[in-house]
Amino acid sequence: MTTILSLKDVSKSFGALKVADHVSFDLPEGQALGIIGPNGAGKSTLFNLITGNLAPDAGRIEYLGRDVTRVAPMQRCLAGMGRSFQIPQPFTRLTVFENLLVAATHGQDRRESEVVDDVAHVLERTELIDVANRPAGGLTLLQRKRLELARAMATQPKLLLLDEIAGGLTDAECSALIETIRALHSGGVTIIWIEHVLHALTAVVERLLVLDFGRVIGLGDPDEIMDSREVKEIYLGIEV
Amino acid sequence: MTQTYTASARTRAGTLSGIAALILLVVAIVLPSFASRSLIQDLFFILTMLTLAQFWNLLAGYTGLVSVGQQAFVGFGAYMLFGATILWGVNPVAALFMSGVFALLLAIPTAFFAFRLSGAYFAIGTWVVAEVVRLCVAQWQAVGGGTGTSMPRDARDAMWGVEWIEILFDVRSSAARDILAYWLALALAAATIGGIYWFLRTRRGLALAALRDNVEAAKSTGVDATRMKWIVFLVAAFGTGIAGGLIFMQNGRISPDSAFSVTEWTAFVIFIVVIGGIGTLEGPIIGVLVFFFLQELMADFGAVYLIVLGLLGIAIMLFAPTGLWGFFAKRTGIALFPTQRRLETKR
Repeated sequence: MTTILSLKDVSKSFGALKVADHVSFDLPEGQALGIIGPNGAGKSTLFNLITGNLAPDAGRIEYLGRDVTRVAPMQRCLAGMGRSFQIPQPFTRLTVFENLLVAATHGQDRRESEVVDDVAHVLERTELIDVANRPAGGLTLLQRKRLELARAMATQPKLLLLDEIAGGLTDAECSALIETIRALHSGGVTIIWIEHVLHALTAVVERLLVLDFGRVIGLGDPDEIMDSREVKEIYLGIEV
Repeated sequence: MTQTYTASARTRAGTLSGIAALILLVVAIVLPSFASRSLIQDLFFILTMLTLAQFWNLLAGYTGLVSVGQQAFVGFGAYMLFGATILWGVNPVAALFMSGVFALLLAIPTAFFAFRLSGAYFAIGTWVVAEVVRLCVAQWQAVGGGTGTSMPRDARDAMWGVEWIEILFDVRSSAARDILAYWLALALAAATIGGIYWFLRTRRGLALAALRDNVEAAKSTGVDATRMKWIVFLVAAFGTGIAGGLIFMQNGRISPDSAFSVTEWTAFVIFIVVIGGIGTLEGPIIGVLVFFFLQELMADFGAVYLIVLGLLGIAIMLFAPTGLWGFFAKRTGIALFPTQRRLETKR
């Protein structure tokens, strides 16, 4: 199986605070990887490093066999990396449809007329079709979270990075979300998913990575990881 | 069967305002045949300020490039027009194009340095560049150095179209020059608004609107923020340079202090955009009208006028931060220049 993403000793500090401390892992193409860890463990920072919104102090990031450590976010998006933000970042004055239109046209370098049906299809799958022509600034929190996922999907990514999109959802909404992500995953999309809602995460992912103080303290089969003593102490000890 | 969709930016208000704009344009073209000379001069002022405001709005409202140094391009464009006319004998009307080109050439090194800065530092950086250019131009003795110079009489008389206008409207050459300047300002303002509107409806224009709303998210969805900044900065410099050339061609006299005035060419322009509504095409149009009438109303009050402008600007920012147009559009949903793409089901 080919490796889609590979991190080698990636480090990043904000002043004295180490937010990524020699992070290394390989992600095979088509796999779904979950990332867990207490608040402030460096999960979102790791995403920003992978997508290029932050530059690492040291280490190397390879994507599809190419060194992308210093490549701009926009180029990584064009190469098939799609992401959602933990705090939704909609284009507030554009409509929901236009939010996706930006992603679909610029994220894949296609013309507007070519992507309309694809965009509408994503809106249907994420249940945003009814608010397609509303300005994104007026959406509810749930709709904003859906928009984050939808906009990332609209770039038709090979690698999809999801940052806490299940938080605050009801059980029914959460099941619907799990179904959407499962469908994406079975369509061949590689996924990295940061999530505090563990049952949602474990319903989809095949591997789990645990971060604490910027360090990888566990990586492997979700059940084994959840059972390991270190994880229970550090992660669940805080959560429970 | 799955539904198929189409996208369209057409609205009824948009079609109506398109027709209204065409009628307005035709009226504005034939206006010199019956309007007084002072009205023509007032309209010249409004149209040139509108052009400057549209370009500043494009910079600050869409790309977040809050430049306080646009007077660099006004002044440089204007001086290049005088230089080309006086030194090389170029016809002033043709030299307008050179104003734009030279302003654009100045914008390349300016952007190279200023883009290393952001936010308030960018604003101050552009202002510093404008001051440096002013000091350099003040050393240029062939165009009058620090005291400035006037357009030579033969260059003024040679302006393309002036003779024809004299015969057409049976006016003196000075009035004919005003009419020519007015028509050029009209063409420039129409081309500016039309051009920006066209651009906003393209794929790149959509990216520009995305950048306006959220830079990080735009980058992560594949928008090339750096390229957009360059495009906008250079285009704005080109248009601002032509406007500068035109303003001083009509004026007939130039000096470093007037051509590089931060108050006239940047502070007033910011005021226009802010009270009208930043990040919209309609905003600068409303703003320039408000600005003009305030100026007429308070022409005799001296410094009090500037205080009133400042207070009004602050009041608008506090109570209607999206400007007069934003305040109106939010309540009515009307857009004179609709750019919103609506998703519709195909039947």
